[in-house]
This record gives sequence, C-alpha cells and structure tokens, in this order.
Amino acid sequence: MKVIYILWLRQLKRYSRSKARMIGSLGQPLLFLVALGFGFGPIYQKAGGGSYIQFLAPGVIAMAIIFTAIFTGIEIIWDRQFGFLKETLVAPSSRFNIMIGRTLGGATVATIQGIVVFLMTLVVGFRPTSILLLPLALVFMVLIALVFTAFGTAIASRMQDMQAFPIIINFLIMPIFFLSGALFPIDGFPAPVVAAMHLNPLLYGVDGLRGALINGAHVGLLTDLGVLAIVTLVLLAIGSYLFSKIEV
Amino acid sequence: MQTMIDVANLTKKFGNFTAVDNISFNVEKGGIFAFLGPNGAGKTTTIKMLTTLLSPTDGKISVNGYDPVTAQDAVRHSFGIVFQDQSLDDELTAWENLEFHGVLYGVPKKVRRERIEEMLKFVELWDRKNELVKKFSGGMKRRLEIARGLIHHPKILFLDEPTLGLDPQTRNHIWNYIKKLNKDEGMTVFFTTHYMEEADRAAGQVAIIDHGKIIAAGSPAELKQKTSTQTLEDAFLNLTGKVIRDEEAGAAERMRGHRRAWRH
Repeated sequence: MKVIYILWLRQLKRYSRSKARMIGSLGQPLLFLVALGFGFGPIYQKAGGGSYIQFLAPGVIAMAIIFTAIFTGIEIIWDRQFGFLKETLVAPSSRFNIMIGRTLGGATVATIQGIVVFLMTLVVGFRPTSILLLPLALVFMVLIALVFTAFGTAIASRMQDMQAFPIIINFLIMPIFFLSGALFPIDGFPAPVVAAMHLNPLLYGVDGLRGALINGAHVGLLTDLGVLAIVTLVLLAIGSYLFSKIEV
Repeated sequence: MQTMIDVANLTKKFGNFTAVDNISFNVEKGGIFAFLGPNGAGKTTTIKMLTTLLSPTDGKISVNGYDPVTAQDAVRHSFGIVFQDQSLDDELTAWENLEFHGVLYGVPKKVRRERIEEMLKFVELWDRKNELVKKFSGGMKRRLEIARGLIHHPKILFLDEPTLGLDPQTRNHIWNYIKKLNKDEGMTVFFTTHYMEEADRAAGQVAIIDHGKIIAAGSPAELKQKTSTQTLEDAFLNLTGKVIRDEEAGAAERMRGHRRAWRH
C-alpha cells in the first residue's frame, strides 16, 4: 500500500510543480470549446440539434482527460530516458504495485484536469441539467482517466524512446478522440463505421458523461459503466504484465 | 574466503552480438572489487545482470547467496546501486528522493527519517534537503545518489563509474565516503571506473574485462607485477592494447538498435 501511495504522491507532486504543463494542457480544450462551440453553434442550432455547447462540453471534458491521462502514462518513457525508471525497477517492491501507483497518480491528475475543464465549460455557457447527477459525472471522469492512463502505461512499457510518439498521437489518440462522438453525433456515420466506433472505449466514456451531465446518453449509463470498468481491468492487467517485463 | 558475489560461466547475447562471453569471478565479502575494461567491454551489462535488470543468456550468478533470476526480491534487498547515468527524479527535492527510496525498500518510517538525516549529513547535503534536484550540480547529484543507495543499509554497493565527470576534489570526497563505509560497516563494494589510479588506490581485487571476456584478475600489485609495469594504467594498456574502442561501443549500440527495431 505504501508503495502505491508514494508513487501516486510522486505523480501529483510532479504535476503540481509543473505549472507550464498544467496551463498548457488547458489550452487545447479551451480552443476546441471556443472555436468549435461558437463556430459550429449557429449551424448546429439551425439544423435543429439544439445548443451545440451543451452537446460539445462533455466531449471536450473527455478530451482533456484522455490527453492528460495518456501523457502521464507515457511519462514512463521520460523516466526511462532520464534514468529514474531504473531506480524503481531495482527496488524490492512488486512491479504490479509500482504500476498501480503510477496509474492511480496519473488518473488523479487527469481527473483534476477534467474538473478544471468542466469549470471552464460553465464559463462559456454550459449548463448541466441536474446537479444531483454530478457525482456520476465524476465517476465517468475517473473511469475515462483510468482507462487511458493504463493504456498509456501499456504502450510506454514497450517503447524504448520518444521516436514512436508522433505515430501514437496521430494513429491512436486522434482517431480514438474523433471517432468517439465527442465532437458530433454519431448517427450520421455509415452503419459499419458506427459498429466499429462501438469498439472505442472513449465512446462509452463520452456517452456516460453526456448521460450524467445533459441526460443525453445513447448507449445507456449502465452499459457505459460496465464497458469502462471491464476495459479498465483488462488494460491494467495488460499494462502490469508489460511493465513487469521491462528490461533496461 | 567468504564470497559475496559468485559468477560462473556468465554469458549475455543481444541477437548475434555477445556482450558478455562466459565469464567467471567472485567478490570477497567486505572487499572492494574493481571491474575494469574499455568502453563496450561488457561492464555495464554485467552489472545489470548482477542487479536483476537483465536476465543472463547462460551461466550462474549468486549475490549475497541468492540468484538474481529466481530470487529477485532477496537480491534487490541486498544491494544499493549508483548507476552510470543519473537516476534521480529532478522534479523532487533531495529529501523526497531519499524518502521515495526508503518507502520503496520498505524501511520503517522512524528508521527511514533517521537514516535520511544521517546520510544527507554524511554527504553534506543536509542544508539543501528541500531544494529540487534539478538545481544541483553534477557532483551534488552524485553524492545524493550515493546517499540514496545506502538508505536501506545494503550489504553490497554497486557503483558504475561513480566519479565520471567529477573534479578531483569531489572524487576524493566520494572515495573517502566509500572507503569509510567499507571499513566501518563491512560493506562490500563493486565498482567500475576509467580512472585507473582510483582502482589502484581503493581496490583489493581487480578484474579486467575486454570484448566480453575476463582477461586478467588479481590484486593491483599482482597485475603490475604480471605485466612488469609501474602503474595500473600501464598494466591495463598492456593487457587491453592501445586501440581506441569507439567501434565496439558503436557495434553494441547498433545491435541494441536492431533489437529495439525488432521488438516493435
């Protein structure tokens, strides 16, 4: 337990000391919120979709979480490059605990980031339909954060250096984000694409957030919860296996 | 003689490249052992196998009576290590780095706090304990790493080029700590270095590795006598030749590159 705690604490300390990172990672969600929200808002409304900001806000919150989560997961590569990873790998504590501590720390940071972006959406005019469901929204934020931190950790355990990083951003994170229904309703896609999109865990995260925040879930909140919980466990298992196999 | 480290027929291959080729040696309990060799000779690879970071392709290792392959945790409890390149967390303070280490090694809180204070005073960093490590100079970081490696009172201390890039004052300072620990605590020390006079002054036993093979072993005096030379540096050059070894290091790096590419 102590090992998990100290690794969790380390992630939080690093995050709280890196003001540039904190502010920098808020820029992208803010840009999406303002540019897309106000840019597409009138068109969306004319097409009969209602308020676009209401639709978009849960998606942008999810975006802030997955980017932060994957980046903190991938921090292992920095630790490898700057040598600190070795310090944890030669220690006589189980690598499973080390990986869990890291993942919980990363997920906490990502959730905090999600909450900050949620507060930003309130400023640009987003209004959740029910305050009572806000705790449920928090549960979804935590689950999204866990899934993608574990995902980042799993990828990073197999990477030796940063060279594959742009590939990961362009071929994994971007498709996951754009094909999750975060920015636009998925009804308009051809049926096979929609079917494929249901393999994307973020789709359930965004759907759950929308369910909790604007009562707009398509898939159903229970299914969303179930899928995210299972994916979290599977990714943690894969991540801890890969992490236990790291050699330096 | 009681031994702390026993290595028998140890081999490590990366693809077709043999980094460590069938080496055998042992390190006396409470002794200071220098492991010398040109760049790319296999020193770091050997240390990684002794410290559970790499698994051997072939051969037997015993560290403090345990096998690093099958009894990883027992081996990990037995040693402290100062790596060749820095392995501190720059974003944490000196104190936090040691605290982190103590928790990872399961040192109880009260003992941990005492030892952190003791070690930070020992390496003369106590007054800077709350500064972020990224503000430290190279020599200060090295001292902090040595302090960290000792928090859990290891039986063996591994030092992979501990004084690389340090000025003579800092080197002298660090060696005084290490010799004091060896003498007072009976701690076994295993180190690599390119500074032959360090090995000559500190080590009781020396082994020289080249191209993955151990080509000579004995006390510094024995090696000098064997090669009819005056200094350990001359003995070393006599045994390993005067050719600069960038090529070997390059080849090893290339092999690691191939290995990386294949693993993706």
